[in-house]
Amino acid sequence: MSTNKDIAILGVGMHPWGKWGKSFIDYGVVAARAALADSGVNWRDVQFVSGAATIRNGYPGQVAGATFAQALGWQGAQVNTSYAACASGSQALAAARSKILSGECEVALVIGSDTTPKGFLKPAPGDRPDDPDWVRFRLGITNPTYFALYARRRMEMYGDTQADFALVKVKNAEHGFNNVNARYRKKFTAEEVAASSIVADPLRLMDICAVSDGAAAIIVSSVEYAKKIGKANAPRIAAISTVTPTFASALVEMPDIATDSAIAVPAQSFRAALPRKAYEEAGISPSDISLAEVYDLSTALELDWIEDLQLCARGEAAQLVREGATKVGGRIPVNASGGLACFGEAVPAQALAQVCELTWQLRGQAGDRQVADAKVGITANQGLFGHGSSVIVKR
Amino acid sequence: MSAPVLEGWFTLDAGAPQLLGSRCVACGTYYFPKLKTFCRNPDCAGEAFEEVPLSRTGKVWSFTNAVYQPPEPYVQVDKDAFVPFAIAAVELEKEKMIVLGQVVAGVGVESLKAGLEVELVLEPLSDGKLTWKWKPTGAAK
Repeated sequence: MSTNKDIAILGVGMHPWGKWGKSFIDYGVVAARAALADSGVNWRDVQFVSGAATIRNGYPGQVAGATFAQALGWQGAQVNTSYAACASGSQALAAARSKILSGECEVALVIGSDTTPKGFLKPAPGDRPDDPDWVRFRLGITNPTYFALYARRRMEMYGDTQADFALVKVKNAEHGFNNVNARYRKKFTAEEVAASSIVADPLRLMDICAVSDGAAAIIVSSVEYAKKIGKANAPRIAAISTVTPTFASALVEMPDIATDSAIAVPAQSFRAALPRKAYEEAGISPSDISLAEVYDLSTALELDWIEDLQLCARGEAAQLVREGATKVGGRIPVNASGGLACFGEAVPAQALAQVCELTWQLRGQAGDRQVADAKVGITANQGLFGHGSSVIVKR
Repeated sequence: MSAPVLEGWFTLDAGAPQLLGSRCVACGTYYFPKLKTFCRNPDCAGEAFEEVPLSRTGKVWSFTNAVYQPPEPYVQVDKDAFVPFAIAAVELEKEKMIVLGQVVAGVGVESLKAGLEVELVLEPLSDGKLTWKWKPTGAAK
C-alpha cells in the first residue's frame, strides 16, 4: 500500500476551540508549540512554514504563514500562505507535501488559526447585486437554508427522520465529551435535541454547528527524515485531494441561487468527487477505512458525507447511525473527535484539526474516544466557492 | 407595480412572470443568473449568449423555511412583524437546473413535498420590493 508519495506526520497540536477573545496569532503559536513539542523537532530546524489564512482579521489573514513564523521567532524558513475557505488547511498541507516531495525541504510546519465574530455569518455591507452571497441574503436565504434543503431531500428520498439527525448529535456529543480540545463538552439525549427550536425546517438549533476560535498545527516531514530522527513508525499522509467541482453542479451550493444547467453535460456531485480522488491517490479503498472525520456543518450533512465516502450505499447512512455503527466501538466510527458539533467551525484550522484527530487515533493516543486498532483514517470537508478536501492518513 | 428587488432578473408580467436567464448559443447551457461572458461548460468555448425566459413551472426538489429573521441585506422594515416563510428548491425540467426561491406567503412546509408542481409568481418581500416566489399548483407527481 505504501507509495513513495507519502510524507510523515511527526507532531500535532491544537489550541482548544472556544470563544476566548484573544488574537488568532496567540492561538496559532500555542498550537504550533504543542506540535513542535509533540514532534521533538526544534523550531530552528523547520524549513518551511505553510499557513492557512483567515479572512476575519484584516489584511488577508495578515498573510498567515509569515505572521506565525514571526510570532514563533523569525528563523529564515521558507514561507507560504493558502486560502481556500474550509479547505485552507488542506491546501496548506498540500503545499508542504509538494515542497517535501520535490526535495526543497525536509520538515515543515502547517498551521491554521481563527478568531470568529459573534452571531450569524453575514456578507460585507453595501448593495452588490452581482455578488451571489449578497443576492441570497437579500432574498432571505441563509447558510442553514442550504443544510436544511439537503436534510429534507434525505427525508423525501430515503425516509430519514429528524430523530435520525438527532442521533448524530447525541453520538457526536458523546464522542466530544472528554475531548479537551472541544468547545462543547456536554452530553445530550435525543429528547433534548428534539426540544431545541427549529431554525430551518427540518433542522433544529442543535443540528447546526456554531463558529469558534481555535488553532491546529502539524509538523510534517519526508519519510527519510522521520526515520533519521527515530520516528519511522509515524503516521503518514497517503493522499490529499483538493479537486474542484466538475461542471455541471448537481446541488445548489452555498452561496448560489441555482445549480448549473445539465443540458450539455451531466450533473456531478462535488462532495463525492473529493474522497474519490483521495482513494485513488492513496491506492486505498473505502473498506480499508478505520474511521472518518467529516464536516458536520449539520447533523444531516454527516449522513451525506458517510455516503460520499462510500462507507455505505447511497441512502443507507441513517441505518448505520441507528445501528450504532458510526459510534466509537462501532464498525466505522465517524467524528470520533466530536466533530463540528462539539468544536464549532474555525475555518482555516478545521481541516488540520481533522488530521490531528486521525493522527492521535492512529497512534492509539485518543483516550476515551480511541477507535480500537485504527489503521487508516479519512477526512472530508467542503466550503464556499468550489473548495473542499479529503485527506487520508495511514500507519 | 412596485420595483423589483433585482433589476432584470425576471419579467414584471404579473399574470405569468418568468425568470430571465441566458443561454449559450454554442452548447445550449442555460444560466441563472444570466451569464454574458464565457461559457462555463469545460468543453465549450462559447462567448455568445441569448437572454431567455426560463420555464415558469417546475417540481419541488426540496424545501425548508426561515423561522428567524435573516441578517442584512435581507430587509425587515418592522422588526417585530417578521413572519416565517418557506423556501423551495425547484427543478426545471427543460433547463435541467434547480432554482431556489421563497414560497408564496401563507404556504408552509407542511404543504410541501418533493415532486409537487409549482409555478412562478411575483410577490413583495417585507420591504415591498417584488421578488419571484414559488406557488404550488397541484398534487405531488
